[in-house]
Amino acid sequence: MTDPSMTSLPPNPDPCLNVEITPELVAQHGLLPEEYENILQILGRIPNLTELGIFSVMWSEHCAYKNTRKLLKLFPTEKKDKDSIGQVLVKAGDENAGVIDIGDGWGVAFKIESHNHPSAIEPFEGAATGVGGIVRDIFTMGARPILLTNSLRFGDIENPQVKRLFRGVVSGISNYGNCLGIPNMGGDIYFDSCYEGNPLVNALCAGILRHEEIQKGAATGVGNPVYYVGPGTGRDGLGGASFASRELTEESAADRPAVQKGDPFMEKLLLEACLEMMAIPGLVVGIQDMGAAGLTCSTCETASRGDSGIEIDLDLVPQRETGMNSYEIMLSESQERMLVIVNRGRERELEEVFEKWDLHAARIGEVKEGDRMVVRQKGVVVADLPAKSLTDEAPIYDQPSSEPAHVAQARDWTVDSISSLPANEVTPALEKLLAHPTIASKRWVWKQYDHMVMSGCTVEPGSDAGVVRLSIAGLDKYLAIANDCNNRFCYLDPYKGALIAFVECMRNLACSGAKALAVTDNLNFGNPNKPEAYYMLKECVKGLADACAHFDVPVVGGNVSLYNEHGEGSIDPTPVVSMVGLIDHADHITRSSLSYPGQSIILLGDLPHELGGSYFLQTQYGLKEGVVPEVDLGAEAKLQNFLISKIENGLISCAHDLAEGGLLVALVEMLFGESPLGATVSIPSLGSSSRLDALLFGESQGRVLIGVSSEKVDSVLNEARDGGVPAQVIGQSTDGQELLLTVNDEEIVRSDISKLQKIWEDAIPSHMQSV
Amino acid sequence: MKVAIIQFPGSNCDWDAEHAVDQILGVPAKRIWHKDSLPGETEAVVVPGGFSFGDYLRCGAIAQFSPIMTDLKNFADKGGQVLGICNGFQILCEAGLLPGALIRNDCLDFRCLNQSLKVEDSNDRFNRSKIGNSIALPIAHGEGNYRVKDSTLEEIEANKQVLLRYQGNPNGSIHDIAGIRNRDGNVYGMMPHPERAIEAHHPCLDGIPVLQSFLEPLQSARPAELASS
Repeated sequence: MTDPSMTSLPPNPDPCLNVEITPELVAQHGLLPEEYENILQILGRIPNLTELGIFSVMWSEHCAYKNTRKLLKLFPTEKKDKDSIGQVLVKAGDENAGVIDIGDGWGVAFKIESHNHPSAIEPFEGAATGVGGIVRDIFTMGARPILLTNSLRFGDIENPQVKRLFRGVVSGISNYGNCLGIPNMGGDIYFDSCYEGNPLVNALCAGILRHEEIQKGAATGVGNPVYYVGPGTGRDGLGGASFASRELTEESAADRPAVQKGDPFMEKLLLEACLEMMAIPGLVVGIQDMGAAGLTCSTCETASRGDSGIEIDLDLVPQRETGMNSYEIMLSESQERMLVIVNRGRERELEEVFEKWDLHAARIGEVKEGDRMVVRQKGVVVADLPAKSLTDEAPIYDQPSSEPAHVAQARDWTVDSISSLPANEVTPALEKLLAHPTIASKRWVWKQYDHMVMSGCTVEPGSDAGVVRLSIAGLDKYLAIANDCNNRFCYLDPYKGALIAFVECMRNLACSGAKALAVTDNLNFGNPNKPEAYYMLKECVKGLADACAHFDVPVVGGNVSLYNEHGEGSIDPTPVVSMVGLIDHADHITRSSLSYPGQSIILLGDLPHELGGSYFLQTQYGLKEGVVPEVDLGAEAKLQNFLISKIENGLISCAHDLAEGGLLVALVEMLFGESPLGATVSIPSLGSSSRLDALLFGESQGRVLIGVSSEKVDSVLNEARDGGVPAQVIGQSTDGQELLLTVNDEEIVRSDISKLQKIWEDAIPSHMQSV
Repeated sequence: MKVAIIQFPGSNCDWDAEHAVDQILGVPAKRIWHKDSLPGETEAVVVPGGFSFGDYLRCGAIAQFSPIMTDLKNFADKGGQVLGICNGFQILCEAGLLPGALIRNDCLDFRCLNQSLKVEDSNDRFNRSKIGNSIALPIAHGEGNYRVKDSTLEEIEANKQVLLRYQGNPNGSIHDIAGIRNRDGNVYGMMPHPERAIEAHHPCLDGIPVLQSFLEPLQSARPAELASS
């Protein structure tokens, strides 16, 4: 495959770099033969091992999005309405994270990123460094991080291996985030056997900054010095980006060196030092985190963005192991490091800041004319590559796709194949749902997270959205955050599943009183070379893009994690949607629980009638089947506008959206406040499905339960009618701690709320006691 | 500036403490870097929460050797008001300004929740102020399990040095101890975070009287004498 007339760089003092580049070596680096041919074309010669390694990580899916770049173009990246709040200041893909305007000269940088494969192998360190990586992306932008959330997916909680992963991941997140002192507002967690062996760990960070404080990751200004800051480089995390871009196998455990080790204390020092340095006017030209592909990615990306060349000398790179060769230094993913380019002549200002924080600040190179990324070691050039060839010229693929058989099968499945649940089985079915770890209380998780540090926590984890006050910016405004993605819907109907992930996430914000501003997404899918897996990816992206366009909520960044496979195939498609929203006033914040007796409970939206894809089918019959509930984007918009405006008018005191488990689960969750209440609920008919199970447990979209004080009920009903939102009073909260539910005048449930709450609260702790 | 908030590498409640004392309670406060000396005008010191030096070795173990600790000890010896919150409490114990030590929670996990606490008869302005008998304050720690040798425990109890006790012990602390004072009554340490219970969006406002009772003696302090070393 190599042209013998081609030459390589002169021999390197390190003999391991003079190895012959064989097809096997190319394959081991995850590069296809045609990709290697492409590299030969670009260089006009044979790459050495270090250069091959550099191409391998930069052209991996993790860094280059080679299988998804075309699809990602479908996402709107700016707001259509140029007068509204939430304008995009830094677009998706342009920098380390997107930034949106929140008014008063302030912006919010936020992004989600996956650390799935490392967490599968080494859950504590994998999850911890996932948090570390995303936090660096945010403060690299010049923003002070103000909140964290996570989107986690695990297999069946009964499995001891899954318990080990779950405990390890939560403890890794807790350990790293708590030490940094950034409030962790929880997030979403689902348990499904499709994630067995391949858990998903998606970490999100949001930060706040003044518009003028936005930093760029570009190396500009020929002669400007390039600094390496943070702890020394070791051999950990070698080639992590390529590791993340292939399937996990039995042998993956041997890849443990590809998992990085985190040090949250170092990260805290780096965070404070970088923010202090960036606050010095005119000092920093460009800054980039050394995350995936470490020194390689940060040097070639900053050069590429700056339309410059860059030259670095590896002998100047702080190292904490001896005898590292250029391949190892360039590909190490040692954590908590940054590349900083400052204005020439002002080096001392940077150095003083890092001396104060007792961190390395090593001048390792400078910005050059031209377009080459040149790396030297021991006086010899060990890599000399056009920087843009690594970033902009990475291959882009449009993979073949075909609809998996189960998707067609799901469309044909009808609920008539199972008989409706008799009234006397409703309470046991409800109890089963409440005990399902996806639905059960996640307190066991978030009480391990410091969600109150920085003094801003306003709505603690466990409500529809987490809310923090922007006190640190001196603002009396509130940022709300929600994550969502029901994999069951995406598995059965990827397009609609993605629409639902979006509308549910946005509805969670609306239930908290927040207007959605922008999205960051984490696309977790299987191997894109499998046509069925690629089909799911494509359809989910289309669904998400259509929803974003409809609501004029742009995508400002995110992450793609492919090759999520386990023994029996791909994971369910999991396009995690995270959305930030803004609340202007403390009085406009709503929680999900009813707070006192005598409140009327109103259902917004028609009576639920669809059982397809529901958790009820799972817990009752072990089925992942059926037609995914319809999504009416127009009705959804009316519902959410109504919710937000009536919350602002003080008519609605609490709101909770119907999601996993449907109406009955949502209803009892609203009663699980600090002092549990009871409720008397009466639903006049079975609704359009004529099935009790579909009414009580169906997961029809666009439904919200609200709590309204009795004197405001008429106004709410009148205004709902005017706004075209179906609304009906279905009951009242009581102080009796008893839930009495009648449908069509027949008594269906008479249950002690504290008993139900205990089932819901104890489910996860009781599973976790035994490990 | 009246109140110095000491910032160690790894402190992460330093902003919160400054915000609480300066902005919310209106007593001028400023963060002081651990390599600097305590300003002459200092009338009270808060050692805030966080993970000083990453809590490596033992929580608070490395911070006790920071340059500012000499000033802090002199300040405390002269009767200066010192409050350690969470990691600050751990540091004060390691530095010998308060008795005992804080070890890993008995549940082995980090705990973050709004904790119910009983205000003890500490024979001190702390419980003679407007603090109620039972209050709630947020806790957030992995190592809040208070331990002290039996003879010292007897002394602490006999001298009424216990400020706060947990109602529903979250970490295994001996005698449910959540906060103590030194014998002279000028050095306070507590695991709960009063600075997280002072604003309308917080779970409650019980932190206000707690912080106020600590700041109360400031009016009569003689700053120059306290801080000179």
